[in-house]
Amino acid sequence: MKKSLALCLSAALSLSLLSACGGGNAQQSQAPQTQAPQSEAPQSAAPAALTGTVVTNGSTSMEKVMKALIEGFKAAQPGITVTYEPTGSGSGVEAASNGSADIGLASRGLKDSEKETLTETVVAKDGIAIVVNTRNAVEDLTVEQVAAIARGEITNWKDVGGADEPIAFIGREAGSGTRGAFEELTGTEDECKYSQELTSTGAVITAVSTTPGAVGYASLSSVEESVKALKIGGVAPSEETVLDGSYAIQRPFVFATLTSGTLTDAAKAFYDFALSADAAQLYVAAGVVPSFS
Amino acid sequence: MNEIVSQPQVKKRAPSQPPAAGRRGAREVLERLMHGLFFACGALAVAFVLFISVYLILSGLPAIREIGLWDFLSGREWAPTHQTEPRFGILPFILTSVYGTAGAVAIGVPVGFFTAMFLSKLAPKGVAEVIRTAVDLLAGIPSVVYGLIGMTVLVPAVRTAFGLASGATLLAAVVVLSVMILPSIISVAETALNAVPKEYEEASLALGATRTETWFRVSAPAASSGVATAVVLGIGRAMGEAMAIMMVAGNVANMPGLFRSVRFLTTAIASEMSYAAVGSLQRNALYSIALVLFLFIMLINVILNGFLKKKKEGGRT
Repeated sequence: MKKSLALCLSAALSLSLLSACGGGNAQQSQAPQTQAPQSEAPQSAAPAALTGTVVTNGSTSMEKVMKALIEGFKAAQPGITVTYEPTGSGSGVEAASNGSADIGLASRGLKDSEKETLTETVVAKDGIAIVVNTRNAVEDLTVEQVAAIARGEITNWKDVGGADEPIAFIGREAGSGTRGAFEELTGTEDECKYSQELTSTGAVITAVSTTPGAVGYASLSSVEESVKALKIGGVAPSEETVLDGSYAIQRPFVFATLTSGTLTDAAKAFYDFALSADAAQLYVAAGVVPSFS
Repeated sequence: MNEIVSQPQVKKRAPSQPPAAGRRGAREVLERLMHGLFFACGALAVAFVLFISVYLILSGLPAIREIGLWDFLSGREWAPTHQTEPRFGILPFILTSVYGTAGAVAIGVPVGFFTAMFLSKLAPKGVAEVIRTAVDLLAGIPSVVYGLIGMTVLVPAVRTAFGLASGATLLAAVVVLSVMILPSIISVAETALNAVPKEYEEASLALGATRTETWFRVSAPAASSGVATAVVLGIGRAMGEAMAIMMVAGNVANMPGLFRSVRFLTTAIASEMSYAAVGSLQRNALYSIALVLFLFIMLINVILNGFLKKKKEGGRT
């Protein structure tokens, strides 16, 4: 009995393995055939099922967004494989301009020199909220004050209009995208004096909510009731103020594409998907504000 | 014994086999097979240790070679993602691990030893049973739970008690660690104290010593190697703990101070591994930290084995 059961099971397993392999092969062998004619006629409106590979490369901060997009896109276009290599914004822009990637990813605006060959499409904006304990009387800081606190130049809340309470600056570990964004946007790279370095946004929020003198940073979408998000230069952080650019501590997530060339059909499909209403929820889920509605 | 029990089973399973000789052959094969299986399982453990050792050495050495052993071990600054001049000094982590462990032992060993003394010599049966159950439960609590409670209760308490900006300090980590190492210290020390021959204590009491004098002057020295084993076990546990202290120590790569936010060897690896780019010097340096930690733990185990051997020899004489 047991033996026959085991035999049946293993037979089923090996069959499913075989069929999986077959499926993969079919896809791969189809890809070049369908891609060749399509690149000659790129204007044909996206047919029901495309195949091919889209290479994206760039910003490490966009990892969460890209993973969400790729997963969402897979459901819509199972025949297309999208690869993402987190190499950094600089390498992403470079890869887009030399053609080694279909879409370059940058978590900063393109420089003027880069715009000569590349087209910039802002798909989303990443706002970083400065959060303090709910009992803190301070409501509003300037970017310079935030930077001074981060550098350890201001160590007491009374220096920025609060109570006489020592400041505990709580942030993320080296390598975190949120930390990179915060330090870059406040101009405090490698100068921050942390009193705690925690490994998740949730841990930062918890620490801030339990420490009266704490100040920390978190991506806008993770801010919740238990902490207070400060105004920066009089502007409260919200989706609207991030989108219209009035909230200062924010950065764009950019798709960089060659201005001269045309995207392959597969890449065009992914690009369109990233700007579609379906993708908007994915951005929100990944913690950023979509640049369109 | 075994043959008698197993013979009917063989008959049942293989009724069509030829008698006597063939059956014995099959049984021999089975016996061999089982021996092989046991050996394979034993070898598996050895293989894992060897694999981990070799892997750690291979992946830990490149960064050490690039940074320089002395700079790596004695550097006071850790700034792996610094844009212009990254620094890879792990002295803060080493000292923090040593201080933190020493602090935990300084608190945990006396408390644990006295608890063991109480359980072994003084406690009424019912009370001892309750305490023993509590200690066993303490040992079973996952370290993340220690960390969570430390983070939400202990850290704010440390902050208010000492008027600090943030309570996530070496002190908080030491307190958590000392509670975590208590169960192993208590149970090992109690076993050692229970093993002291009653005659020793009775002789001491008969000579007019008080009970307390007897426990400290007679029982404790007689159980000393067992207690030492308990201490080394505690050191090993404290040295290797990561999750709980990651949540209470603040994780900033400062040189250790009781009221400063600090990072241990273990937490240095755990907190940066997820974001360190594959192949980067940062990631390789994390492997090197793992190698250093591994050597520390090995050293502790060698010492532990030394004590255990001594205890065995001491028991025989």
